[in-house]
Amino acid sequence: MDPRRSARTVSDPKVRQVGFFTPAAPPERSCSDPPRQLDPIQSLSPSSAQVNDHSPSVDSVSPVMIPPPPHNNSDTLFRTDLQVTSPKTAFSYSAKTVTLPTENEDVTSSLSPSRKVVTVKSSSSYPCVKASSVPASELTTVSVVNLPPGISEKAGGASVEVLNDRPVSSKSLKEKTSKAERRALQEAQRAAKAAAKAEGTKASSAASKVVTSANTKPSKAAKPSSQKNDGSQVAAFEKKVGDRAPEKDRKKDAPHPRMQYDDTSRVEKAKKRAVVKQTEVRNRVELFRHLPQYEHGTQLPDLETKFFELDPMHPAVYKVGLQYLSGDIWGGNARCIAMFQAFKEAIKDYSTPPEKTLIRDLTARISSYVSFLIECRPLSNSMGNAIKFLKNRIAKLPLVLSESEAKATLMSDVDRFINEKIIIAEKVIVKHAVTKIRDGDVLLTYGASSVVEMILLHAHELGKQFRVVVVDSRPKLEGQLLLRRLVRKGLSCTYTHVNAVSCIMQEVTRVFLGASSVLSNGTVYSRVGTACVAMVAHAFRVPVLVCCEAYKFHERVQLDSICFNELGNPEAISKVHGREDINYLDGFVNQEKLQLLNLVYDATPSDYISMIITDYGMIPPTSVPVIVREYRREHLWS
Amino acid sequence: MDFQVVVLAGGSSKNLTPLVSKELPKPLLPVANRPVLTYVLHQLEQSNLKDLIVVVEGEDAALVVGAWISGTFIDRLHVEIAAVPEDIGTAGAIREISHHLTTKDILVVSGDLVSDVPPGAVAATHRRHDAAVTATLCSIPVSGPLESGSSVGKDKAKKLGRYNIIGLDPGKQFLLHIATGAEIEKDARLPKRILRAVGQMEIRSDLMDAHMYAFKRSVLQEVLELKDAFQSLKEDVLPYLVRSQLKSEALSNRTPQGEENGNEKVTSLNNQVFVSRILANASIPSFHDRSSETPDGSAPTRKTHKCCAYIASSSSYCVRLNSIQAFMDINRDVTGEADHLLSGTDPNNNIGPSPKLGTKTTVGPHSMLGEGSEVGDKCQVKRSVIGRHCRIGSHVKVVNSVVMNHVTIGDGCIIQGSVVCSNVQLQDRVVLKDCQVGAGFVVTAGSEYKAESLARKEK
Repeated sequence: MDPRRSARTVSDPKVRQVGFFTPAAPPERSCSDPPRQLDPIQSLSPSSAQVNDHSPSVDSVSPVMIPPPPHNNSDTLFRTDLQVTSPKTAFSYSAKTVTLPTENEDVTSSLSPSRKVVTVKSSSSYPCVKASSVPASELTTVSVVNLPPGISEKAGGASVEVLNDRPVSSKSLKEKTSKAERRALQEAQRAAKAAAKAEGTKASSAASKVVTSANTKPSKAAKPSSQKNDGSQVAAFEKKVGDRAPEKDRKKDAPHPRMQYDDTSRVEKAKKRAVVKQTEVRNRVELFRHLPQYEHGTQLPDLETKFFELDPMHPAVYKVGLQYLSGDIWGGNARCIAMFQAFKEAIKDYSTPPEKTLIRDLTARISSYVSFLIECRPLSNSMGNAIKFLKNRIAKLPLVLSESEAKATLMSDVDRFINEKIIIAEKVIVKHAVTKIRDGDVLLTYGASSVVEMILLHAHELGKQFRVVVVDSRPKLEGQLLLRRLVRKGLSCTYTHVNAVSCIMQEVTRVFLGASSVLSNGTVYSRVGTACVAMVAHAFRVPVLVCCEAYKFHERVQLDSICFNELGNPEAISKVHGREDINYLDGFVNQEKLQLLNLVYDATPSDYISMIITDYGMIPPTSVPVIVREYRREHLWS
Repeated sequence: MDFQVVVLAGGSSKNLTPLVSKELPKPLLPVANRPVLTYVLHQLEQSNLKDLIVVVEGEDAALVVGAWISGTFIDRLHVEIAAVPEDIGTAGAIREISHHLTTKDILVVSGDLVSDVPPGAVAATHRRHDAAVTATLCSIPVSGPLESGSSVGKDKAKKLGRYNIIGLDPGKQFLLHIATGAEIEKDARLPKRILRAVGQMEIRSDLMDAHMYAFKRSVLQEVLELKDAFQSLKEDVLPYLVRSQLKSEALSNRTPQGEENGNEKVTSLNNQVFVSRILANASIPSFHDRSSETPDGSAPTRKTHKCCAYIASSSSYCVRLNSIQAFMDINRDVTGEADHLLSGTDPNNNIGPSPKLGTKTTVGPHSMLGEGSEVGDKCQVKRSVIGRHCRIGSHVKVVNSVVMNHVTIGDGCIIQGSVVCSNVQLQDRVVLKDCQVGAGFVVTAGSEYKAESLARKEK
């Protein structure tokens, strides 16, 4: 390890020399409080906090709650009358039976008198429904699922179990005692002793908390026998404890984003958890074995058939996942926007299950969504940043906020992120970049970057005279779509494939490139082929301008495009769509000796990049760490 | 998942007389000794759709069906029954219950569908494309060896009704043309606009509309409201939607984007345009988008909606019980090659007294005997389904037939390719070939029938 580390420090100075690094600076800045100014909700007097509990059982006694800093009391009044919302009750199926009078007059009214309610004896608990009792309804419930809503059942079960444990553990003392139980008992006794000692004013409740918490683990083994429970405070505390365990499990659920896929045992484990069926492709290129690659075409149908079975998945998230998987949406910005819009929908429809706190449960929910999306397609760095932002916003929600307020805050946060970090950022980039376009320029772009497209269109609108060379590559040929849109707007374009880039580069005066991510050593991580274009441009001494929003910046350092990458569908390069006559590889795809490699991204070293245009201005690639650091200071994450 | 499921169970069916009757409406017609509706409900239950609306034609039928569902699926499904007047068609039925539909999308399944096409896949395809309607297409089932014979069920009208002419785009994702029923005989009329937009179209006649649709609720309700004359989903609504997909009239398609952000004051309209443009640019434009955009690239002026097709894989089983021939086929397949459909449909079925067989009686493969049935000596049962509590005498031959419950068959009968309904009494030495015997009929001793439909006269 050591020699390697020392080797790394050699490359480090490059990063360090630009940064104007003063170690005291970041904490200092973080103390000055932009977030508090942003949302006044956080600043609330503790008294209002007690008044405004939306679910009193959870919050009133929760020992975890930190009283918010005392502040001006002006808000309290306004707060209190917002707190009318009652906790949502668990929905029941019976609510569905419609008792509206029929209102479809357009359908021959002569028929309606003949319509009658069907009486059906529903068995078991349901008494016979008389026709006369429900005169106007058309629908008759004939079969009912008598299950209580699953979530509340689970949560309730947990708390009941815990509540029961005291009598149980004391009983188990007399009977046989396992090691764990004995230890639990010991601890309980010790705690009780401590409690007895501290028998002050508030000690009793604290003691019971300690006792129960100490006993939580062994109680799972013990069978709950009695139904008696006591002490609402104990219940309140226990809910917290009960909550934590499933959440941890869920966290484990998400496979680590950078899992090494050549580690078979881990892959097996991840596969067991996976929602999407993942069949590994057999022949993978040696160098890229650590990246996930699945048989294309098997995932989508399988996921589709599971459509209704993925209960916890929000439909909007599911739809986005499907679109990722099928390749209906691509591009960093679009994927990020789609994801955030889906999350927004999910937040809108979210309601905190009883006996849970919004902050934790929603975070867990979002994590499960994210792991589902990762299974559909690995996340890009930009999306990782966006998710970090959202989770951070959730974690920073003031506890006193009611559910609806919290949701509204989060939704506006999501909107704000899309607006500020993507849309406005793009506008700023366009404004900067346009200054670099002069009359008579020949601009080259590769692939289809949304920012570059906007730059070109804007420059055209400004009346600048220039030509565009769109360089494209198989298999996606996304450049054609860009070309289509540019030509329709009246730009004069040249279209060529990346193979010819060295020939066309002679007449080019500037290269505009998009990026999936910019890493802190200045490496640009982008669509495969970008490095090639940048290098050719460098050789021809053509300036390479990379346009990238700051939210796509990442603090990671990457030296090659092997460690982290994404493998596309190998069939996409072995087959030529629509050209049946040149499919020479038909039947060869499953050959043992043939390994197909369809890389999605590549890394362009910073040496080949003249300038990075971002929403903070135009910077040299060596200044990326500054942006990463500055950007973090905005309390988006960290 | 924001889907509501409507099962169109139907009621009496003219195609299926004399098998169906007042006491035995079509949804309860036994297929391998289970009512046909079981298969649909079971399949929906499997895919976790437990909240259903079952639409039955006629009140009496609804009563019977409701009683059966409540008996069978209590505690497993949440089913609501709606009784609609007879002969208003599938579209009419949906129109009747339209005010009960609230979710974003509606899944409409025919109650007579026996298939293993996952409804989730249809719904997922629908969602992915944000389509107005998604139809399930499956390959046309092979009618068995019986069809070559002189079977009654195979008359012309039914044959036509089962086949469709379907036009698909090259990606096989969108439905461009669909002709059903009587329209097949006429010339196919294709809107030029669609052809021009797509460029290439694949016309297929080997696919069948399985009558499992996912509709966007707003679209469906709007169409039903605007077009009073529409009777059938399959023959009116779906072709209409397919025809008008590039010039949808008043179909609210593009609104959801606006609605999402509409209530926020912060988001200016301009930003929404940006977002939607980024999203649109990042996906492959379907021909809908291409046709709707004007040459100079301004915002799409014409409204479009998408009609998607979900093509079931050729290995899946998918047949509709809409004729006597289909009834025979399904009975044969369910006991035979598609027996996975049976698994777990009705665990109760195995309980009860097992059938008693006499000496030297053989029951061939692909056969099924219901509980409590008794078969006499030296009988042969081949490729047949025999219901519960039947009594079959000795020296009886049952081949390629369906015998329902409580049937008494005398000695020496020969039954071939026939359907014998419940409570029928066949006296000794009856010979039936390709016949249908309605419920409660008594066939006198020694009579021979060939390709006839026997039913009790209505009093």
